[in-house]
Amino acid sequence: MTQDTPRSHRILREISGGNAVVSVLAIGLALLVGSVLIVLTDPEVQAASGYLFARPADAVLAAGDAIGGACSALFQGAVFNGTRVGWANQIKPLTETLTLATPLIAAGLGVSVAFRSGLFNIGGRGQMLVAAAAAGWISWSFPMPYPLHMLVCVLGAVACGALWGGVAGVLKARTGAHEVIVTIMLNYVAFYLVSFLLRTPGALQAPGSNGPKSPAALDTAVMPTLSDLLGIGSFRLHAGFVLVVAATSLVWWVLNRSGLGFRFRAVGENPDAARVAGIEVRRVYLVAMMMSGGLAGLAGASQVLGTTTTGFGSGIDAGIGFDAITVALLGRSRPWGVFAGGLLFGALKTGGYAMQAAQTVPIDLILVVQAVIVLLIAAPPLVRAVFRLPAPAAGARLPRTPKAVTR
Amino acid sequence: MSSVSGTATVSARTAVSRSWKAPIALYAFAVIALVLGFAVARTGTSTFGLTTPGDLVALAPLAVPTGGTVAALALVLAGLAVAAHALVLFGAGRRVPRRLVAVFAIVFLVAFLTWASAGRTIPVTGLLIGGLALGTPLVFGALGGVIGERAGVVNVALEGQLLLGAFSAAVVGSVTGQPVLGLVAAMAGGVLVALILATFAIRYVVDQVIVGIVLNVLVTGLTGFLYVKVLKSDADLFNAPDRFPVLPVPGLSAIPIVGPVLFRQTIIVYLMYVAAFAVWFGLFRTRWGLRVRAVGEHPTAADTVGIDVNRTRFWNVALAGAIAGVGGAYFTLDSVGAFTKEMTNGMGFIALAAVIFGRWHPIRATFAALLFGFATNLQSMLGIIGSPVPSEFMLMLPYVITVFAVAGLVGRSRAPAAGGKPYLKS
Repeated sequence: MTQDTPRSHRILREISGGNAVVSVLAIGLALLVGSVLIVLTDPEVQAASGYLFARPADAVLAAGDAIGGACSALFQGAVFNGTRVGWANQIKPLTETLTLATPLIAAGLGVSVAFRSGLFNIGGRGQMLVAAAAAGWISWSFPMPYPLHMLVCVLGAVACGALWGGVAGVLKARTGAHEVIVTIMLNYVAFYLVSFLLRTPGALQAPGSNGPKSPAALDTAVMPTLSDLLGIGSFRLHAGFVLVVAATSLVWWVLNRSGLGFRFRAVGENPDAARVAGIEVRRVYLVAMMMSGGLAGLAGASQVLGTTTTGFGSGIDAGIGFDAITVALLGRSRPWGVFAGGLLFGALKTGGYAMQAAQTVPIDLILVVQAVIVLLIAAPPLVRAVFRLPAPAAGARLPRTPKAVTR
Repeated sequence: MSSVSGTATVSARTAVSRSWKAPIALYAFAVIALVLGFAVARTGTSTFGLTTPGDLVALAPLAVPTGGTVAALALVLAGLAVAAHALVLFGAGRRVPRRLVAVFAIVFLVAFLTWASAGRTIPVTGLLIGGLALGTPLVFGALGGVIGERAGVVNVALEGQLLLGAFSAAVVGSVTGQPVLGLVAAMAGGVLVALILATFAIRYVVDQVIVGIVLNVLVTGLTGFLYVKVLKSDADLFNAPDRFPVLPVPGLSAIPIVGPVLFRQTIIVYLMYVAAFAVWFGLFRTRWGLRVRAVGEHPTAADTVGIDVNRTRFWNVALAGAIAGVGGAYFTLDSVGAFTKEMTNGMGFIALAAVIFGRWHPIRATFAALLFGFATNLQSMLGIIGSPVPSEFMLMLPYVITVFAVAGLVGRSRAPAAGGKPYLKS
């Protein structure tokens, strides 16, 4: 598991080599799978299928109701709710989507930077937790004037996330330890470490409290929300989104316009060739993992300073570290693609909660939809087979079937 | 001139082959023991309970004075560390024998337990029984992982296989009222996840780690969704499987300590003993095993002698899924008795760690899994008797050990050469 030249080589092609049509079709198929699950488990549909042959229309109508209800709840929860009074309330779901998308995009960018260098960073969870702990600790321990305090917290979080990611990078570079295993294990180490600190008085535990929860951040460290800016509504969307937009631009610039990004991509395409060309592959592994961890750290900071500012527990990562992998795959590891993927999954998540409340469809359905999307996107030949699309023409990057490959 | 440089190279080589990792690690642990024995010594009596209620032969609890015992054991440990040092300096093999490390580990564990249980009683039998209970699903997961990785497919989807196994065992076991059918369903559940993994990884050449991670998400979402929508709606019908009864092995179960731990168990645990042996025997003593290892180590060579590499991988991944599925059934048909959301709780990843810590060997991976189970149980028991060590650090231990193992700091771990790489025939 130490020498993985062909693997990283191929991943890159796979992730960046497909086309937009496949993505759209994959999303469509995944929503179809979700609809089927809703219909199969809907009690009214089950009741109507009891007399399916007597009155088949009833079952179809009930199925339509179930899907329609779920879809409209999803849309109303994620984008625009026309049934509410006042523009600010009607548009609030969209701002919620952006709020949930913020950490997803940041962590997804982290995963994609690693992907482009031929590395898997599965450690988003651990990196986020460590970063959140750092940001939180600075946010209530060191009073500072307003914008400075917030920026110091963010920088601290990014630095700690980078350090935690760097551990995997150092081990990969120095000993060849596989970064997948190391980052998975470090997730648990970080979780137990932060859990311990959260229940230890004098560390991260809120003074006077017995629970494993941190104190609230000082006002000077909290990111301003959209409502603070406009003076209306109760939007939770915070300045972290602006930081994430900036981060996306920065990552785009680094990957596509800088020498560092060139080395990242060269190592990702073919580490042996990169080594021969004089690139220090070990150094690239370390820097890429640190940058990846730093971006996950930004996600952690946005959670602590933007979304949950009144104190957090050890579940502050909210599964974003793992969702980020699916976001990066959906965005094909291109920065703005990741941005779009993060928005989509943010919308699915936000809408999923609304759907759970309105239609009693459990939020877990969103996980299924996400997983199916990524599975299909990772295997373009399968989507093409389902829709009977032609294989890509000459210069095709992907084999239609492995057997047809000659290389 | 040339002879001088020649000797220099030779002496440099011997210096390299002398490994200092083991003595340094032993010294570190000996220092910890000395600190426990002298610097932060605790007074009182430590008691070790050796029998469980219902044992044929009742052993008296073993009571020792805490301070003196820990100090004496710490000195023994220091002596062992010095011995290891001497062996590396002057010993024939210039290395620390594994037996010495094992003895050291056991003495250290006893010293630590004695120190932690000052004024309390540690039920040794209960500790081991609980450790085996927590270790059993890990062993099945690890065995599935070993087969998959030996065949060249990295099985990150172990978590999903355990979870779907637990889910289908609960549903089928509950609806039919037959735990045996539940067990079969669990195997089918594990195979289903494995088949998706194999299809995507082998037929569509998608990266194995990606498919594994995504499958974990898929199974988590699917079982969570069905749990809320279906299982909760009628728990008596869908989520109340009969558990397997405890079947004591006549004779053997009467042996003190060993009997209740190993031979007063359910059929799934006995199945675990059989599976561990069978996987070892199969991998290293049969034609099947030779083929599996061949496609995992050097697929091109295997192909040259006429083994269908991808076919072999495909069906062995499915077999691995079946074994991991049984581990899932252990949750719903033995230890817990009903399905709950995300009940495997990262066990699949610990099983993956056990595979690596056990160096891709079925028996070693089994012991690694049992060790991790034991560590987890030790942690919860120390929490009950009020140990001064924070439980989080005990829980962290398997993961930290695995990081060290992967980084080559503990022992030498070498994965099957072609693990994780798809085989494309040219």
